Amino acid sequence: MSINKEIIVNGITVAFDNERNLLEVIRKAGIEIPTFCYHSELSIYGACRLCVVEVEGRGVMATCSTKPEPGMVIHTDTKQIRSIRKINIELLLANHDRECPSCVRSANCTLQDLARRLGVEEVRYKQLEEREEIDHSSPSLTRDPNKCVLCGDCVRVCDEVQGIGAIDFIGRGANAKVAPAFDQDLSSVECVNCGQCAAVCPTGAIIPKQDRNDVWDLLHDDSKIVVAQVAPAVRVGLGEHFGFEPGENTAGQLVNALKMMGFDYVFDTSFAADMTIFEEATEFLDRLGGSAPLPMFTSCCPAWVKFAEIYFPELLPNLSSCKSPQQMFGSVAKKVLPAKLNADKKDIVVVSIMPCTAKKYEATLDKFKHEDIPEVDKVLTTVEVGRMINSAGIKFDELDPEAFDMPLGFSTGAGVIFGATGGVMEAALRFAYEKVEGKTIKQLEFKEVRGLDAVKEATVNVGGTDLKVAVVYGLKKAKELAEKIRAGEADYHFVEVMACPGGCIAGAGQPITHDIEVRKERAKGLYTADKRMQLHKSQDNYMVQECYNECMGGEAGSHEAHHTLHTNYQNRCQIFDARVPVLKGDADKLLPIIVTICTKQENDPGQKLLALIVDYVKNNNLADKVEIEAAFTSRPSADGTIAVTVGSQTVERSKFKNAINTEEELANNAEFAKIKEAIDKELA
Amino acid sequence: MQETNEKTAAMIEHLAAVNKILEKYNCDESKLIPILQEVQEEYKYLSKDVISYVATSLDIPPAKVYGVATFYAHFALEPKGKYVFKLCDGTACHVKKSHSILHALYDRLGLSDDKQTTDDLMFTVETVSCLGACGLAPVMLVNEDVYGQVKPEEAVAIIDDILAKAAAAE
Ligand code: SF4
Ligand code: SF4
Ligand code: FES
Repeated sequence: MSINKEIIVNGITVAFDNERNLLEVIRKAGIEIPTFCYHSELSIYGACRLCVVEVEGRGVMATCSTKPEPGMVIHTDTKQIRSIRKINIELLLANHDRECPSCVRSANCTLQDLARRLGVEEVRYKQLEEREEIDHSSPSLTRDPNKCVLCGDCVRVCDEVQGIGAIDFIGRGANAKVAPAFDQDLSSVECVNCGQCAAVCPTGAIIPKQDRNDVWDLLHDDSKIVVAQVAPAVRVGLGEHFGFEPGENTAGQLVNALKMMGFDYVFDTSFAADMTIFEEATEFLDRLGGSAPLPMFTSCCPAWVKFAEIYFPELLPNLSSCKSPQQMFGSVAKKVLPAKLNADKKDIVVVSIMPCTAKKYEATLDKFKHEDIPEVDKVLTTVEVGRMINSAGIKFDELDPEAFDMPLGFSTGAGVIFGATGGVMEAALRFAYEKVEGKTIKQLEFKEVRGLDAVKEATVNVGGTDLKVAVVYGLKKAKELAEKIRAGEADYHFVEVMACPGGCIAGAGQPITHDIEVRKERAKGLYTADKRMQLHKSQDNYMVQECYNECMGGEAGSHEAHHTLHTNYQNRCQIFDARVPVLKGDADKLLPIIVTICTKQENDPGQKLLALIVDYVKNNNLADKVEIEAAFTSRPSADGTIAVTVGSQTVERSKFKNAINTEEELANNAEFAKIKEAIDKELA
Repeated sequence: MQETNEKTAAMIEHLAAVNKILEKYNCDESKLIPILQEVQEEYKYLSKDVISYVATSLDIPPAKVYGVATFYAHFALEPKGKYVFKLCDGTACHVKKSHSILHALYDRLGLSDDKQTTDDLMFTVETVSCLGACGLAPVMLVNEDVYGQVKPEEAVAIIDDILAKAAAAE
């Protein structure tokens, strides 16, 4: 036996084992230590000095960055410790914009909470006069640097958990701040809108963008029919905002509350999730038959989609072409509701209620607008809806549950488990299994893909074929997996990716929690809902089938279904590249064309291609309408692949083998023909 | 074709030099600081393009490289003038009124704390913390040359001198 692994905290003996620091040992003993810059899921930073305690014989130490040693005698609440903590909070407050009453994090702010708990009743330091501009550029998040306390939590979550690093410390000393590269707007950099930075920020310096007022305006506009869609994870998250136990399903109360607030119809995104399974599982089976490359990645998570567009453009053909359930819902609603409600399409407004900040961004994309009418008009987070219910004076906990409206409110359990990591995969497997085997599935639960492990793998035998599937959450982990796939080191058939920890249940729009037990309860809430529902397989959703019969060619994968429910992706790999302007017209609206040139290759074919495009544009009198740029990269273009962006939507990835040398060869190249076609189409 | 290639040629050449530096350090992320130092030696400052290019080549976020570049005062994010005046503002120099020199230079060149380089990229005027030559306070560096116990008029005279020489050379 090792010598007693014990320490003494405030006179009480506490055993320790493999805790990574003193802080965890002390907290294990039930003593709360205030922290700012410590998160159990992130690396240790040790900057805020709030977690200090007195260690006998050693003095004051920061517990987050101190290893426990046998025999340590610790005092957590001495006069000196109290005063250090208090001064630290006071200093943080001096640098902090104290507009607390109007801050959305008020009453849910670590800084405010600690100031109160530690008894900080006055701030003796003068408030900074210089104000930084608030960054409203992102459709998903609002950044207010004036409230930032430089704890670095957001920087670390973006880098360590999401593998992105879109924001970092810039400058030093008194000028230090947290910002995107070159102090640009969040919307101009590689941020994928996952909102995990907002979920860890202890103050209101990064918050989900608030769209509540716009929605109130719509609700008060009598000419509009306002339709809500409620995502699966919202029903097991919202309750916490009103004091329910984590994981309690409050879908019924929510429907009631939304109706009271003036929503005309309340539908369920799970309906669209069932529809997603019809399409996605059908697409998967087609791919198995050789129609497109494997593995197939899910495309429900817009943060993951943008991530793939930036970092893995070569894998975009592997992304399912299915729209996310949110956009499928919007498309279908705007297609079927005008006739059903006898209303003009432009008077029907779809408001999504989502656990997610990335969905706010997704809804704004041009490709999801048709004749200027967006598929989804506004997106609210779970917490925003909670606050709207508060402000309407509704006593949520006293409400009777009500049912979703029909037909777009009808779903199976498969559509509901979408909100947890592994849920999409499980729902797809339930579909594929029956489709392939041609008989009713007995064992409904695919336990291997459940649970809160960040990466799960399983092999499932479907119709005699062993399908290898993987389920991953957190984009850093997704990156590692995608790199393996790109390198040919993994042979999965189907991969599910969600950006948030545990899936949508812990999306950045949900009530903030860092407690893994709470996440577990939320996931459990979804699986319990599945159990209690009448149907468990998307293919049994007869309302979805009816919808196909009515207006989408009668079956999944039909031409009409493709038109309504599928989408394409944009190669965003040029986002960081050094640019040189080559040609710029003077028309009001210019079509951007960006051609990548690899600097690692002498006479890179990108250069020839660029010149050809310029000639083409000039010879066809289009020079006035375009803006052509060269983008320079050192990224290896192993197979001579050149990224060419034409417009905001169309991206052609063209293969020009090095062997193509003469202009003539290049001009006759089929890929170049495609680019010409894209230019003509975009300008038409 | 010719015309288009001319437009891109300068950038390709520019980045080829960066490639050489990156290769010298094996594209090793942990060598970021020496890499940036050499790139700056080559170009006198770190442009947005170059910072992004170094970042993507090392497979690290541009925000991280920008963070490092803004942390060390040594790195310049904007092009500097041919003649860089570095005025010491350490305690000793400060006490000896280094500020009056600074303002004399600013006035002569139409510069300020927010605009430290002349539009023709001839002069940059900036302050640095202690140069370590307090005995000579107030101290000023013009490129590599050290001037001690400088008076405002003398500092301005250096500028006039440079301008006169430049005019004579033309
Ligand atoms: S939203 Fe996600 S990607 Fe964007 S800065 Fe925050 S953590 Fe990074
Ligand atoms: S924005 Fe929030 S999480 Fe990021 S450093 Fe500032 S206070 Fe910390
Ligand atoms: S929590 Fe330990 S220093 Fe911030």
